[in-house]
Amino acid sequence: MKVSRRTLLKSAAVSGLLAAAGTPAFASEIDELVIAYNVNLPSWDPTVGPSAVNPTIQGIYQSVFDMFIHQDPDLSFQPGIITGWGWNDDKSKVWMDVREGVTWHNGDPLTPEDIVWSLERAGNPDTGNPIQFIWGKIGNFQIDGNRITADVKEYEPTIFKWMSFLTGYVMPKKYYEEVGAEGFEANPVGTGPYMVEKFERNAFVRLKANENYWGGVPDFKTVTIKFVTDASSRTFEVMSGNAHVTLEMPYEEFDRLKEQDGIVGTAAPISDIGMIFINDTDPMLDANVRKAMAHAIDKKTIIERLLSGYGVAIDTLQTPDYTAFDAAITVPYDPDKAKELLAASGYGPDNPVKFKIQTTRGFKPKDYEIIQAIVGLWRKIGIEAEIEVYEIAKHYELRAADTLAPAAFYNWGNAIGDPTTSTGFAMFGPSPHSVWDGEDLMQMILPLWGEADEEKRIAGWKDVDRFIAENALVIPLIQYVQPILHSDKVKVVPHASGALLPALMTRS
Amino acid sequence: MPIVRALLTRLITTFITLFGAAVIVFVVIRVVPGNPIAMMLPPGATEADIDRLKTLYGLDKSILEQFLIWLGNVAQGDFGTSITLRQPVYDLVIGRLPATLELSIMALLIAVVLGGAAALTATLYRGSRVEGGIDVAGGIALSLPDFLWGLALILLFGVLWPLFHISGRISPSLGFDFSSNFFLFEAIARMRFDVVADLMGHMLMPALALAIPLAAIILQLLKQSLKECMHDDYITLARTKGYSESSIILRDALPNAILPTLTLIGVQFTFLIGGTVIIERLFSYEGLGNMAIDAVINRDLPLIQGIVLVFALLFTLVNLLVDMTYAALNPRLRHA
Repeated sequence: MKVSRRTLLKSAAVSGLLAAAGTPAFASEIDELVIAYNVNLPSWDPTVGPSAVNPTIQGIYQSVFDMFIHQDPDLSFQPGIITGWGWNDDKSKVWMDVREGVTWHNGDPLTPEDIVWSLERAGNPDTGNPIQFIWGKIGNFQIDGNRITADVKEYEPTIFKWMSFLTGYVMPKKYYEEVGAEGFEANPVGTGPYMVEKFERNAFVRLKANENYWGGVPDFKTVTIKFVTDASSRTFEVMSGNAHVTLEMPYEEFDRLKEQDGIVGTAAPISDIGMIFINDTDPMLDANVRKAMAHAIDKKTIIERLLSGYGVAIDTLQTPDYTAFDAAITVPYDPDKAKELLAASGYGPDNPVKFKIQTTRGFKPKDYEIIQAIVGLWRKIGIEAEIEVYEIAKHYELRAADTLAPAAFYNWGNAIGDPTTSTGFAMFGPSPHSVWDGEDLMQMILPLWGEADEEKRIAGWKDVDRFIAENALVIPLIQYVQPILHSDKVKVVPHASGALLPALMTRS
Repeated sequence: MPIVRALLTRLITTFITLFGAAVIVFVVIRVVPGNPIAMMLPPGATEADIDRLKTLYGLDKSILEQFLIWLGNVAQGDFGTSITLRQPVYDLVIGRLPATLELSIMALLIAVVLGGAAALTATLYRGSRVEGGIDVAGGIALSLPDFLWGLALILLFGVLWPLFHISGRISPSLGFDFSSNFFLFEAIARMRFDVVADLMGHMLMPALALAIPLAAIILQLLKQSLKECMHDDYITLARTKGYSESSIILRDALPNAILPTLTLIGVQFTFLIGGTVIIERLFSYEGLGNMAIDAVINRDLPLIQGIVLVFALLFTLVNLLVDMTYAALNPRLRHA
């Protein structure tokens, strides 16, 4: 959620202006569901280009396309286009069973060839799939009836989980080959719960229910998703009754508007966390400094005061619904201990340790304010951190070049809940997203990438998380909560991935 | 002949201006922090992947080499491909430009009508409470930025009295296929007044938000010019002939007072086009400004370059048009 200073100012102005305003009169029965969405849809191909890895857009993609494997709102994996899956005993092959009786939006039947083509295309480096490094690990596909088998080129324990994640979409072989990339952009065809009826780039997409959807026909037959990137405008859309559902607005606005007649607020934790990256440069090479930083942060109070209580304090990069979550790993708020740790290294309020901390401002809810609060807490125990505000684009650049400041605020999403896509990519030294390059941690993580024993693998990641927490190699802060405002005539089921799915919405 | 020479000179300076703008933008967006490759890296990307992406987007070359390649392509009409939208920049920019132009022209018309009418009324009732009231209204209009006017309009006419649409350019449910991107002009030409009404319902609030501050500027300058003219000898002569005050203002004072206002309108129109960036965002209006913000956030270098070049072209063309109009209306310049 982007909350810029301008947005906050506008929200404040709007709040004042609206004090005397009445509440909107929502129309009677909803014929056409209108959703004010917070991002634009740059491209209709969910498997290539930068937009394919943009988590916010996935809700639109998942309305039109099916993922190989379905994921329920609680992040559990369920039969989808692929109804059964697994490895052979020595994990040298994978198998997948393809659902029968599924048709594409253009009436063509879905075949196992579509699945094979989609996976081969995804694994081909020339197509530009950003997750090719995963898909390329299986190949030499064989089809026998509705069963597909493939050779494992390199064992990847999360390959089936990725089939519910970024770029894991089933694409129509025959249609795509007929119309090409441009034709597909103009008239996308999927097997998902909705078909594209009309698309105006950067304006809206109008969806029509897929009457043949294998998972059941959605309740709303017509859905319009308007791209309203400004948070104030999205709020207005719901207040005026022009839209029935919207998401991502300042929590203060959410709290105020959900009390109004005809508007309901839904807020649920999603798989998106806020954290402080620690770069292994001076003074972060001193373990006492890192641990003192972690113990000096009162996360619960920060969530209560700054996020109106909408957030979950976390001590590892796993949220409670992730596979490798271990409630036993904690980093308690303990300012006395933090002072002791700093004193052991010769630091204190009179002789503070000094470094720079970078943060975005308005990229995530109250990001700058949270860092301000943390810096205030640190100052009390003898840490003097200078805040540098940067744009998110600069963060990516610095992180890829491993030149972030000693401490840097960032967020991380992991909609499949696997430790490889949270702790793994964020903390494994050679990853372009990691800035901690400690050899000991690298050696702990290295064998886990290809660990075939699932129990051992998860236990291994828990050990890694414990090691990280004990040595304060990163400071996890919060699991975000997604605010959704909607008409009381619509029942919205939030998805823990953060995807807002119209197919899950029903008339209330 | 002097006119041809003047035009030729202006065309050359326009070209130099565009080239200068292109150089500045090209260098600046590559020097400021944040590169598009870092933003599109997948979790497991290796150094080889990073190098491959840099090569793919030509970012592995020096800025000078990149600029020369880009310039060569632009000379052949190829503005490159958008990194995020994966479509030709030319198509994207040309596709969005009509929306911004229609919005800007509408805003300008509203500003001229509002500001002009207010200035004429204030001149007619100069020294009275009416003039005082208009001055106060003009001061308020000028003191608030356009995006705050946008918010106020949304609140008033989008939420409290939902007369107009809050976002977008046209209703999704409207079944009408356009053959061009000039929706409003096309709907008028095809006499589809239901579509015109829908388009106006979307356009009026953002256009008004853009127009209000400009209207206030027009009001101030035109009123001042009119007042100065009202002391001239030819006005006194007209009065002695018995013409009514309103007739004198419209027929005698206005043609002389309008010249400085015209220059100002031209200059302010370029600022108004710049203002569409924020207003289009606020109203989710699918114009060039809205796209520019996304392009900057995503560091979509080819798209930023394309948009800036179009904005620069618009600015120079508007200035050229103003100069020509001014010359045509001002006999001293015409015969100079």
